Amino acid sequence: MEWIGAITAGIMAALGVWMMLDRHLMRVVLGIAVLGNAINLGVLSAGRFAGTEAAFTFAGQTLQNPANPLPQALVLTAIVIGFALFVFALSVLKRTHELHGDKDTDDVSQVTEQPSPDGGEEQDPAGRGQGRQ
Amino acid sequence: MNTLIVLPVLVPLATLLLALLVKRHHAWVTGISLTGALMLLLTGLYLVAVAAGDTVLTGQMGGWAAPYGISLVIDRLSAVMVAITGVIGLATLVYCLRQPMPADFLRDVHLFVHGLLAGICGAFITADVFNLYVWFEVLLIGSFALIALGGGERRLSGAMIYLVLNMLATLLFLLAAGLVYGATGTLNMGELALLFRAEQASDAAWLGVILMLISFSIKAALFPLFGWLPASYHVAWTPVSALFAGLLTKVGVYALIRLVTLLWPEPDVVHGVLLWVACATMIIGVLGAAAQTEVRRILSFHIVSQVGYMILGLALATPLALAGAVFYLIHHIVVKANLFFVGGIAARLTGSERLAAMGGLYARTPLLAVLFAIPALSLAGIPPLSGFWAKFVLVKASLEAGVWVAAFFALLTGVFTLLSMSKIWNEGFLKAHPQPDQLGSAGRGPAGAWYTAGVLALITVAIGLGAGPVMEYAMAASRQLIEAPAYLQLLDGRPD
Repeated sequence: MEWIGAITAGIMAALGVWMMLDRHLMRVVLGIAVLGNAINLGVLSAGRFAGTEAAFTFAGQTLQNPANPLPQALVLTAIVIGFALFVFALSVLKRTHELHGDKDTDDVSQVTEQPSPDGGEEQDPAGRGQGRQ
Repeated sequence: MNTLIVLPVLVPLATLLLALLVKRHHAWVTGISLTGALMLLLTGLYLVAVAAGDTVLTGQMGGWAAPYGISLVIDRLSAVMVAITGVIGLATLVYCLRQPMPADFLRDVHLFVHGLLAGICGAFITADVFNLYVWFEVLLIGSFALIALGGGERRLSGAMIYLVLNMLATLLFLLAAGLVYGATGTLNMGELALLFRAEQASDAAWLGVILMLISFSIKAALFPLFGWLPASYHVAWTPVSALFAGLLTKVGVYALIRLVTLLWPEPDVVHGVLLWVACATMIIGVLGAAAQTEVRRILSFHIVSQVGYMILGLALATPLALAGAVFYLIHHIVVKANLFFVGGIAARLTGSERLAAMGGLYARTPLLAVLFAIPALSLAGIPPLSGFWAKFVLVKASLEAGVWVAAFFALLTGVFTLLSMSKIWNEGFLKAHPQPDQLGSAGRGPAGAWYTAGVLALITVAIGLGAGPVMEYAMAASRQLIEAPAYLQLLDGRPD
């Protein structure tokens, strides 16, 4: 079972990296999501699938082949966190798209390299009040 | 005891929740947030006092014995990091007071800063690899919100760069944690340390740990993985970038120091690699700064270069060098955040943070010139300020270890740092302002910002003048890092 998980994780990681190398920001963010899921599967596989019984015992009882609950708990945590970060990345992307049009990775670097606007950010927050619902 | 050990995380989280409850009343939020930051600072100072008495606090969350439960350990290094986090957190929030920004914006900054502080403090006190990952994610989501706050094309683009590369680093860390668990069956740092110190670690465990070091190196912005930092830090709002500059990369440095000293107390192949990485980080960071013409972009590259010094101390692996790294960490966080704060005030007075459009500050406000000169000279390593002692110890440690190359690069980087700082000085302070009538037209700005810069400068001077006690603390911390008694004893109460 582990080797199926490991190979799937490997293929998904390759897909994720390939998407992250794209110029289009949407594909970069989706690539992160795919890579994240590949890594979740990898962590689950690294924790072994051999156990067949739930690791839950009563006093005096022993289990023949208990499953390791820890990797599942880890991956569950990672999925939840990964989902939150993914949603945040998507919302930043959506906002950028709505206000400033489509961006690819080169545009993004170019915009951040521009000289800082005069008048000082202190008094003039770029796009004050924007970015909130 | 058990309540004390979770306080560094509990205080910011409780502050965040309380502030959220009254989020419609901005004055209340500000009050709660400042009180919370002060509480965190006091907690940190108390922890330092406890740690200085050679007491190491340890705790098992939920009463689950190690290695099954999550262990927390607060030793000297953790304690001082929590204290310094409190200092910078409070400084940032005071700087934000009465800034001419929309009230909602300031409220949001207060809220997210506490979320970020909770993550940072959590990372400093945990002794569990997966728990460290969770704290990284907590601080990451807080920092994402802070860097994007306010919006605008430039800021959102910078936030995107920051977001993608930091998410990637954290994912690598998750994979590494999974691989280490798969190879060793444990996530407890103490048990991993026992395994590696007994040289019983398998190749697979090594692979996982190396991947972990790579992910920490991205977080700490080491050569050649530092590209995201100078590309994104300068787009955030000034106090936010000061907070990031002070604390965020240092969480990565802390994680590197913790893991490397735990697993390899004696010099190993890892230290050899880190030594070259450290030299390259120092020199390339400072050369990158030379090409920049904006205050915060220059300072961002200096963060990279300064991180190199800390890693140099780690790579040399002698007790003196490690103590130097700890000293450098303490000194650098204060100085670097302060330079960003002063840069913010200077940008406000001159109306720009482009050096070409700045000038005349020395004639206009000599006080600001002093406030800039103290951290700038300290960063470059001029005696008797804190940076001199930090660099002195590291250079001495390199020479004692016979690594002339490292001492050479450390000194060379110091010279270049001084050049960079004098560039800001000449352009921003000495040169006449290109449009003299613009200078200071916006007023001196909120008093809180000036107090922040003043108090941080005083701390720098105090660390410099009182270098003896700080160095003693750092020496004891470095012995504790190498021997790691608390970590190795975590498993003593373990059922067979």
